[in-house]
Amino acid sequence: MAALLNIKGLSKSFSGLKAVQEVSFEVPAGEIVGLIGPNGAGKTTCFNLIAGVYRPDAGEIRLAGSRIDGWRPDQICRAGIGRTFQLVKPFAGLTVMENVIVGALNQVGSVRAAQGISEHLIEQLGLAGKRHAAAGSLTLPDRKRLEVARALATAPRMLLLDEVMAGLRPTETDRMVALFRDLNASLGLTILMIEHVMRAVMALSRRIIVLHHGQVIAAGAPDEVTRNPAVLECYLGEEAL
Amino acid sequence: MPASIFLNVAASGVLTGLVYGLMALGLSVIFGVVRVVNFAHGEMMTIAMYMAVVLFSAYHLDPLLMLLPIAGVLFALGYVMQAGLINPFINRPEHSQFMLLVAVAMIMVNALLLIFGPDARSVQTAYAYDSFQAGPLIVDAAKVYAALAAAAVAAGLFAFFRYSLLGKAIRACADNYQGALVVGLDVRRLYALTFGLGAACVGAAGCMMVLLVDVTPPLGPSSTLLAFVIVIIGGLGSMPGALLGGMLIGLTEALAGLLFTPSAKSMFAFGMLVIVLLFRPQGILGKSAS
Amino acid sequence: MSGHWFDGVSPRAAKLLTLLCVALVLFPLIASDYLITVLILILYFAYVGQAWNLMMGFAGQLSLGHALYVGLGAYAAAALYVHFGVSPWIGLWAAMAIAAVAGGVIGFLALRFGVAGVYFAILTIAFAEFARLAFDHWPWVGGSAGFFLPVANYASNDLINLRGSPTMFYYLLLAMTAAALVSCHALLRSRAGYYWLAIRESPEAAQALGVDLFRYKMYVVVLSAAMTSLGGVIFAFYYNNLFPEQVFHISRSIELILAPIIGGIGTLFGPIIGAFLLTTLAEGLGELMRLLGIDVPGVKQVFYGLCLLVVVMFLPDGVWPPLARRLKLEQQRSQGLAER
Repeated sequence: MAALLNIKGLSKSFSGLKAVQEVSFEVPAGEIVGLIGPNGAGKTTCFNLIAGVYRPDAGEIRLAGSRIDGWRPDQICRAGIGRTFQLVKPFAGLTVMENVIVGALNQVGSVRAAQGISEHLIEQLGLAGKRHAAAGSLTLPDRKRLEVARALATAPRMLLLDEVMAGLRPTETDRMVALFRDLNASLGLTILMIEHVMRAVMALSRRIIVLHHGQVIAAGAPDEVTRNPAVLECYLGEEAL
Repeated sequence: MPASIFLNVAASGVLTGLVYGLMALGLSVIFGVVRVVNFAHGEMMTIAMYMAVVLFSAYHLDPLLMLLPIAGVLFALGYVMQAGLINPFINRPEHSQFMLLVAVAMIMVNALLLIFGPDARSVQTAYAYDSFQAGPLIVDAAKVYAALAAAAVAAGLFAFFRYSLLGKAIRACADNYQGALVVGLDVRRLYALTFGLGAACVGAAGCMMVLLVDVTPPLGPSSTLLAFVIVIIGGLGSMPGALLGGMLIGLTEALAGLLFTPSAKSMFAFGMLVIVLLFRPQGILGKSAS
Repeated sequence: MSGHWFDGVSPRAAKLLTLLCVALVLFPLIASDYLITVLILILYFAYVGQAWNLMMGFAGQLSLGHALYVGLGAYAAAALYVHFGVSPWIGLWAAMAIAAVAGGVIGFLALRFGVAGVYFAILTIAFAEFARLAFDHWPWVGGSAGFFLPVANYASNDLINLRGSPTMFYYLLLAMTAAALVSCHALLRSRAGYYWLAIRESPEAAQALGVDLFRYKMYVVVLSAAMTSLGGVIFAFYYNNLFPEQVFHISRSIELILAPIIGGIGTLFGPIIGAFLLTTLAEGLGELMRLLGIDVPGVKQVFYGLCLLVVVMFLPDGVWPPLARRLKLEQQRSQGLAER
């Protein structure tokens, strides 16, 4: 399958600290890929590099063959990559509906049309009853759902999910997993997800990439990766696989 | 134009600039620690200046001698402002806090206008027309005394922050708010103390400034603006930067007044401000934001 | 786009609004000249306050130098009229263009060089001060001695040259304020409006959703500047004299933000309510002082300062939101975009 996202030799340092070193991997179109690793491994930095929040010091990022490294976050969104944030950033003063409309305006020009798209997504994410609630008043699981709905509203080809399951109860996690599986199957949505919640990673990912100290130490099918001694070693003391 | 005129004007500007620097130092201290932009800074200095004028006209007390009591009163004012007005609203958005101080500034300026009227007041000390001479250099005695006092107060402030326990505690708050809380520092009280210190600074500066210029209520807002310009150019949060910025502005103002028209002298300060904001926003001595 | 104007307005609010409009239109027939001038002031501050509110309330950019645009608009239209006999209806286009360019320059410098928050506010102050000093030394527009328009006959209303009675200016300002209200209402519901609010709430999240921060911030700065400059045109032709010291002064800038802050930043009616409250209270205070025989400069400003202080401390959203809730003018929304 053709790679939708192709990363080669990506590097980024902050004041001498090498957050990401020579990272290379691919995300095939239509697949769900997990990005795991201990804290500080450089996972969110990778995301921020892909999403355009940081400029890479070196390396290439290609979306469907064209280079997008060095682009601004809004340009990358328009190119088809949506993202959620590890610490959710709802538009607190706006309602749930209005939040999603902002996202939907990325694919349509009129607010009317955006409203229709948003209605649908809000229902899909189970937020229908709260569509007129201020985003700032939502519980954490609902905020996460809103974050996802908003990102989906931009009609992305690929979704970057940053620890979307953190803080959710197992039943909520399962619901999210089912949603992503569904979106992946029905829309062919490509997903790259950073996760610590192994339950979700194992359930969804076709492939897993493991980062440690800013470098890729393993990549492959979930079963292979979880048996990899290097991976087990870096996770010693972390949540059991 | 003979070089000696340049020299005299430049020297005069630098000396005045030291007083400007002290005024800006107070603002820098407040912003550096409490992270509040004191929009009433110049107005507080004007209050101190009027106090000096009143004391002088009533009891013939030299403003420089009145430095400690006046600074003390301003310290109390600053402390109360922080404790009563700002601390309770510390979690409000930035522009909210800013508007709070804008309101206080408005009240201060116009209260002064109410009490003292719009006419200029000044302090005519015995040495008002004396001057010192060193070769081709002739400088006003008043400027020299004011500059020396400013340097002394600034040195005292530096020493306080460097060597005293309280000073170190305040610097800790500035560096790391959460960390300071964790080690048990009463951050709110320290904030109030810091605001008080910054106010005392500007109160002291007022005692010196009153020897150099006449005081009218509108001097408040224009001094606030000047203090901002100096602090941004010198580097927000950098104490030496405030003094350096002050001297720089004093110098450019004096030279601009000489080479162009006096009323246009602040145009250069603003020009420099715009350039600094664009190309080196952390100021000359400020630390670059990562 | 039909029914657009009343989209999102509850029936009760619509009724009240219509009543208010009718009252305002009929007002000059029953009111004294003095009251008309008071209302002109209210409408002026409501209008420029609304223009400032666009930048602050919608896009979260604090400008403390908005007097710059008032001044530029005023001088542009006035200079064209006095020196070339150009009617202010044509002059206003020049005014808007000049103000838009000034806003564009400030916006561009600020955005390209990452000047934000308090630093941006100080930058705006610096530009206004710069203009004040520059105009003080510009003889073609009178310099510090002032620029004067030929005062006309109040009895006849010359709409083309805006020479006329206060009543004429009243209706002009009424039309302008109403148009501003309607356009802002429409803007809020447009894509730009949603994007501005998103930028205000969380610029990072907005970017991640495809919002070009630079472009939309520039839009709002330029639009706000152009809109404000029209207020300046009226200012020039109503007062017939312009002094840089007054027109560009920072107290002008602060004066024009009082109404939206007290009324409620980011709301449509905030600037109007704020202008109404402030002006009537100030005039009332002035009357009181006249009766008591006190004539001291500065009392009104102290009063303004106290009002501002109280509102910022205890009514951070302004006077309008709680008032609207009381009058039950809100639809069943919590802090939504409509009738906030």
